Amino acid sequence: MSTVILSPPLVSETTTEPRWVQRTLIAVALAFLTLFLFVPLLAVFAEALKKGLGVYWAALVEPDARAAIQLTFLAAAVAVPFNLVFGVAAAWAIAKFEFRGKSVLTTLIDLPFAVSPVIAGLVYVLVFGAHGWFGPWLAEHDLKVIFAVPGIVLATVFVTFPFIARELIPLMQAQGTEEEEAAIVLGASGWQMFWRVTLPNIKWGLLYGVILCTARAMGEFGAVSVVSGHIRGLTNTLPLHVEILYNEYNFAAAFACASVLTLLALVMLAVKTFIEWQTRHPHPAAPPAATAAGDTPGRAVGDPA
Amino acid sequence: MAGTGARYVLPGFRLALGYALLYLGLIVLIPLAATFLKAFTLSWDAFWAAVASPRVLATYRLTFGAALLGAVINAVFGLLVAWVLVRYAFPGKRLVDALVDLPFALPTAVAGIALTALYAGNGWIGQYLPFKVAFTPLGVVVALTFIGLPFVVRTVQPVLEDLEHDVEEAAAVLGASRWQTFRRVIFPALAPALLTGFTMAFARAVGEYGSVIFIAGNVPMVSEITPLIIISKLEQYDYAGATAVAVVMLVLSFALLLLINLLQWWSGRRRIAA
Repeated sequence: MSTVILSPPLVSETTTEPRWVQRTLIAVALAFLTLFLFVPLLAVFAEALKKGLGVYWAALVEPDARAAIQLTFLAAAVAVPFNLVFGVAAAWAIAKFEFRGKSVLTTLIDLPFAVSPVIAGLVYVLVFGAHGWFGPWLAEHDLKVIFAVPGIVLATVFVTFPFIARELIPLMQAQGTEEEEAAIVLGASGWQMFWRVTLPNIKWGLLYGVILCTARAMGEFGAVSVVSGHIRGLTNTLPLHVEILYNEYNFAAAFACASVLTLLALVMLAVKTFIEWQTRHPHPAAPPAATAAGDTPGRAVGDPA
Repeated sequence: MAGTGARYVLPGFRLALGYALLYLGLIVLIPLAATFLKAFTLSWDAFWAAVASPRVLATYRLTFGAALLGAVINAVFGLLVAWVLVRYAFPGKRLVDALVDLPFALPTAVAGIALTALYAGNGWIGQYLPFKVAFTPLGVVVALTFIGLPFVVRTVQPVLEDLEHDVEEAAAVLGASRWQTFRRVIFPALAPALLTGFTMAFARAVGEYGSVIFIAGNVPMVSEITPLIIISKLEQYDYAGATAVAVVMLVLSFALLLLINLLQWWSGRRRIAA
């Protein structure tokens, strides 16, 4: 447990702190992280396995839980590709061209981050709900959006809207337009240029955005809760299923389902860390709204789920 | 005028911008506009009654107060964690660094039930505390501290890494103590990033719902947050009332977003100037 000083020995005398100060600061920082981060993480698994593996497994394979897992994956599987196409289109226009109102557009893309998830659900209730703009029309045609799967997907799309775009915009801005221009001048078609030049250049940033978007899509609670209607086996995502079980005092089952979401979150973190090492950006994880002037390209967004 | 040149060479500008605007309009702007239009259907008195009843006012106090307290805790400890991760070496540092982002990846409902289990009267942590945390306003602060934890760390960390050692050496050579160097040289360089991270954590905490409702206990006038008021008005089919409260929150959130953008612009200028 020896503490090593990072700066070169000659410098260290004047620009670092005494050993005891270092150790105290490390201890306080780790104590804080333990209390607020590591112990809650452990608690999920401890509570999930409290009543044994049998109860744990039963909670995961019962039909309502399986339906919730499927719906969670479905919502993510629709929301992520939609926001992926938008992210690439928006980043292409913003990063490679000059036009008026560009900074306004960039700010508008961030809007969903500033909106409470509950309000994200509410806005779709006002548009598609029974008393909403399209409510009567939808009822006439026997279509259901709110309290049905389409509403859940829409709410998920809204809360994960900015992730991929904000990841790609600074990255593509930093890469400039020379390579693409060369491809076009040499006779490549638009699609050839995109698949052979642009996409290989942005692949890590794209994957990074997809990871953040997927993590949030699978974990969204507030927005989905408003539009879901909480019908077991039909419109319950896994986070909503956790809530129902918890409110029924079925803690072991609630934490069992929570542990699945936690494992998925840890997988996302592992992939994210791997991408950061690949791209050799020491800290590609800056929080949302971090694309303004002076920001390092490739730095990423991470909004909590 | 490199941009003008690129416009003529590179394809797809109209298609990409057109699609992006259409999608932004359909998914975000039109639904948000619907919210404001719905709020305008209320008379001023009805609007005021919905957004300024004593029970709703109590939720503003708790939501903004707890979010502010959580952001202050995160500013202090986030700066410390960023400092320790950048400046010192210790075993398991890379793992700790990766796990700092956990609150971004963990579903809020999971965070909510885990924190409640820990801080309840019989929980791992709660049983050793002389005061109640879960089901009190203090529980709200704990949840909001958790979800805002990565913001300050991740905004301060890159700035701290870019900071040149030579200014610190110069300060030391000129006779400054280590504490004086930190206070007069290092801290001013970190301040814009710290403020940005603080504001982001605050803005995120104000809208948070999932992690809070489990630990708060949701007692009216005591531990009820504003997003929960919107939900309960919706459950009573009071769409206009829910929308009115939502509009108040939206206006405050947009003001915060504007502030964050201004801070980032300022922070970016500071970094370029440095």
